[in-house]
Amino acid sequence: MTQKIIEDLEIEIAGLEKILRSKKLELKNLRESVLTSPPKANKRLTKEDIERFSRQIIIPAIGCKGQMALTAASVLIVGAGGLGCPASQYLTGAGVGCIGLVDYDDVECSNLHRQLLHSEESIGMPKVSSASEALKRLYSKTNIVEYKTQLRSSNALDIVSKYDVVVDATDNVATRYLLNDACVMLGKPLVSGSALRLEGQLTVYNYNGSPCYRCLFPKPPPPETVTNCGDGGVLGVVPGVIGVLEALEAIKIVLGWTGVLSGQLLLFSAESGTFRNIRLRGRNPGCDACGDAPTITSLIDYEQFCGTKATDKDTALKLLAREQRISPETLNEIFICKKKGLLIDVRNSEEFDMCAIPHSINVPLKNIDDPSTVNKIKGLLQNDDSHQENLSVYVVCRRGNDSQKAVLKLQEILRDQNLVICDLEGGLHAWSKKIDASFPVY
Amino acid sequence: MAGGLKITLEFGGGAELLFGNSKKHEVTLPTCDKPWTIRNLLPWIKDNLLKERPELFLQGETVRPGILVLVNDADWELLGQLDYEIEAKDTILFISTLHGG
Repeated sequence: MTQKIIEDLEIEIAGLEKILRSKKLELKNLRESVLTSPPKANKRLTKEDIERFSRQIIIPAIGCKGQMALTAASVLIVGAGGLGCPASQYLTGAGVGCIGLVDYDDVECSNLHRQLLHSEESIGMPKVSSASEALKRLYSKTNIVEYKTQLRSSNALDIVSKYDVVVDATDNVATRYLLNDACVMLGKPLVSGSALRLEGQLTVYNYNGSPCYRCLFPKPPPPETVTNCGDGGVLGVVPGVIGVLEALEAIKIVLGWTGVLSGQLLLFSAESGTFRNIRLRGRNPGCDACGDAPTITSLIDYEQFCGTKATDKDTALKLLAREQRISPETLNEIFICKKKGLLIDVRNSEEFDMCAIPHSINVPLKNIDDPSTVNKIKGLLQNDDSHQENLSVYVVCRRGNDSQKAVLKLQEILRDQNLVICDLEGGLHAWSKKIDASFPVY
Repeated sequence: MAGGLKITLEFGGGAELLFGNSKKHEVTLPTCDKPWTIRNLLPWIKDNLLKERPELFLQGETVRPGILVLVNDADWELLGQLDYEIEAKDTILFISTLHGG
């Protein structure tokens, strides 16, 4: 009986949520048709403006003039994630008239520890819609323009050209180069922040004779040296700190202050609680983008230039042949049910401690060819009392990429052992999906 | 170790992971007839401090793209890059740039 009531309520709530969504969309479209351009600065601040922003207006460096400049300003924020959430929140709070948000992605559960404009209810929603709703709750008069798209060479100039200041709140190298080049071509200041693990970095490119991103990094980093938040981890506070400081730099540019962080790099360490301010080189006259004779005069293929995708998602590697990979079902049958073989989990020890397949052993990928590891594996294989023929080593990781790299290394190291070495295709994500739904997907 | 050159080497932005996850190293460079420059410091670091995968730190005779070198909180480009002559008590920071957000 109670079960029936629960089901009925769930259906009713789902219906109401659907109606709410469509009403919100209708309202948003109506507002957008009214506000196609950022509100013009009034000659005088209204009663509401004064009451709302008085605490910052009475700062001599801001005043009525500064507040009107903020109202008339437009800031583009690329990325509505760990950096974009705090940056957009503080820019909205300060009364910036028009904020553009670019993000192609939807809200996921693993975003919520740091992307605090989103909430449990917004999981699955486009990040730009979720962020826009939250910002509108904060300040209904702000004009939020949503771009639910990936920033690309084909749309970047069109989008960037509409704004006064650009905030780089992205999560990948290719988009950072794209945004830099677009800002150089259009003469827009670029506030650039980044964060990983317990560290953050912040600077302003292309402003008052400061270098651009390419002056500092003419060549992209080798793809294997780039770590994203999904793999390296990040403490939510760190992009929070950097995102808030990005908002601050954007505000300073709008207000025309002199202390903008251009030509300087701010390094933040959450571990030691320190900020370090580094003096950077000036603009490079030989720079491909902003130099005296630039070679990049139109936007290029940035994924090709960087050798990586313009997202922070991992793409599936294909290093092994079909027969060197096994399915979750086969692994379950042999290793769990028949208790045969050796299962090596090559994730970091922190990840292994979070969750692991029972009786698997942990050898992080970076240690896989240490002599001690090799001896350990050989020892375990000798203790394996299952039949000598077809002795098998299975390798597993989170998604099935590192496990392939590990198989290639193990084949080399253990080539005298007459072993079958395979990896679990699709990794622990596939294990969770096919065999053990209680296993966390992260 | 009289006559050695005492300096501080620091690694950040993930570069420390190649150095036993240790961010700060007080080191004494051995006395040598030529002045110590960053050009000859890099191979010394590779032989004496680097714990793994040198290709993630060095490329040719310089650092790999994506690592900034900062001497006493200034970009090494302002100081002559590889040819900067290291002085006692210098702090040289190798920082890997971050891209996450």
